[in-house]
Amino acid sequence: MNRFAWNKQLIFGLLVLGLMLLAAIAAPWLARHDPLEQDLMSSFAPPFWHRDFDGNFLFGADSLGRDIGSRLLHGTRVALIVAFVAALLAGLLGTALGLAAGYFGGKVDALISRLVEIWMSFPPVLLSIVLAAVIGPGLLTVIVAIVVIDWTRFCRIVRAETLAQRELDYVTSAVTIGLKPWQILWSEILPNIAPLLLVLFSMEMGIAIVVEAILSFVGLSVASGAATWGGMISEGRLYVNQAWWLMALPMLCIIVAVLGMNALGDGLKRALDRGEKS
Amino acid sequence: MTILDIKSLYLDIRQPILRGVSLQIKEGEVHGLVGESGAGKTMVGKCVLGLLPEHAKVTHGYINFDGRELLKIHAAEWRDLLGRDITLIPQNPMTALNPVKRIEPQITDVLQLHLGMTATAAKRRAAELLNDVHIREIDRVLKQFPHELSGGMRQRVLIAIAFACKPKLIIADEPTTALDVTVQRQILRLIKELQANSNTAILFITHDLGVVAKICNRVSVIHSGRILESNSAADLFAQPKHPYTQALLAATPRFDRPADALHPVPAELIDALWGEARVHDAGR
Repeated sequence: MNRFAWNKQLIFGLLVLGLMLLAAIAAPWLARHDPLEQDLMSSFAPPFWHRDFDGNFLFGADSLGRDIGSRLLHGTRVALIVAFVAALLAGLLGTALGLAAGYFGGKVDALISRLVEIWMSFPPVLLSIVLAAVIGPGLLTVIVAIVVIDWTRFCRIVRAETLAQRELDYVTSAVTIGLKPWQILWSEILPNIAPLLLVLFSMEMGIAIVVEAILSFVGLSVASGAATWGGMISEGRLYVNQAWWLMALPMLCIIVAVLGMNALGDGLKRALDRGEKS
Repeated sequence: MTILDIKSLYLDIRQPILRGVSLQIKEGEVHGLVGESGAGKTMVGKCVLGLLPEHAKVTHGYINFDGRELLKIHAAEWRDLLGRDITLIPQNPMTALNPVKRIEPQITDVLQLHLGMTATAAKRRAAELLNDVHIREIDRVLKQFPHELSGGMRQRVLIAIAFACKPKLIIADEPTTALDVTVQRQILRLIKELQANSNTAILFITHDLGVVAKICNRVSVIHSGRILESNSAADLFAQPKHPYTQALLAATPRFDRPADALHPVPAELIDALWGEARVHDAGR
């Protein structure tokens, strides 16, 4: 077996993912306040680096006196759940259709490829807003929107890879021992494209975090008031002159999270790209 | 009894590839199909395996295998036949095994699929099969991945898979071409040995008359999609009738003749054969 090639990107990506997981799981214990608890006396309480810091709100408080630090932690939960579930479902749908299109070719491929093309010719953000308008805002809406938008990304790449794999001798071998198409796809081709899927999945998590931020910014994510990074940016926007950190801190979270997921994807790609496999 | 009967097979892939190929293989016979590259020999094998590429069209003729008309059977029947009654020994052992699967499941798959074996029975049988192809350290090899084995070892594994279900016919498509000469000899001897024990018919596709002499009972010479001559191996080597066969024999190195007795196949002869093929196409 070739050695798994560790690299800096991969380590950074795993570190970010690990921290996010920790924050999401341990949010109730790590957070020093209830993220929804209002304390109007403390509105706009400054963060720890400010000279008026009073020791109560580590990262300050927002206009309603809610603890920013706690809200960021709970926002991580939403971001991570959306990233994971949406990327998984988009991956499943896109991979299934991509495998079918690539392997069967002909009419199946024509149908699926045309569908992808039509799908991609419509602006994705508009599509998700329309969707949210139809199903109503909420976590489920965000997930559905991301799946509906981004299955095409998986589908196109998996289709191309399946086309390439189908021409390889080991697939011919599988046909000549009499395996059924779904057996060939499941037990022969899928394991061979698994590294690719893993890379796509990490990248998709990053994209999902961005889309979730956009939708919560425009108030189509979880119920207003609940802590989401996008929602916090939207609220902080109004007070950017008094307390710039209200907006900057969740932005920083999004940037680090997305950078982390992309680094994870790139790192995995480099680690798993073993060149010649023969 | 004839196990495979190909009758005046015409195959087009946008242009004529096979021009009326007829070929019979009897039970237990090793039938060599010899020709240069582009002669259509691999396509004959693909027709028998049902692996024709897109756009390929059989315009005339039939392939009868063991009482079944192969050009008319459905996908489900193909899956039933392939791996059990008709199997393939592929050309390139380096790429023919699944790179991310251990050797054991690659052998047990076909046993469980066609012989309905339980997982444990299939495992036991896989070990026996590797023993039959003279692999030592069987337990270790079963647990290994293809890239951990040499080309010769991989070809032995593939031969084990091809013989696993005691097939009636094996298509061996240049099974030794990708191997170096010493390994070639061992693999040929192995195929011959297994074939003799099981009395399996083999369609042995090759460009190498030296290989044909070692292993085949009958030989058909193919060029430009036509069988030029078909005879028992002994007669073909002793009295080649077709000028192309004669030229091929003169171009094959033999240790009992000096090297300067080698003559390349004359270009005029090749041109004449392609000319005939075009005339043939025009006449259809």
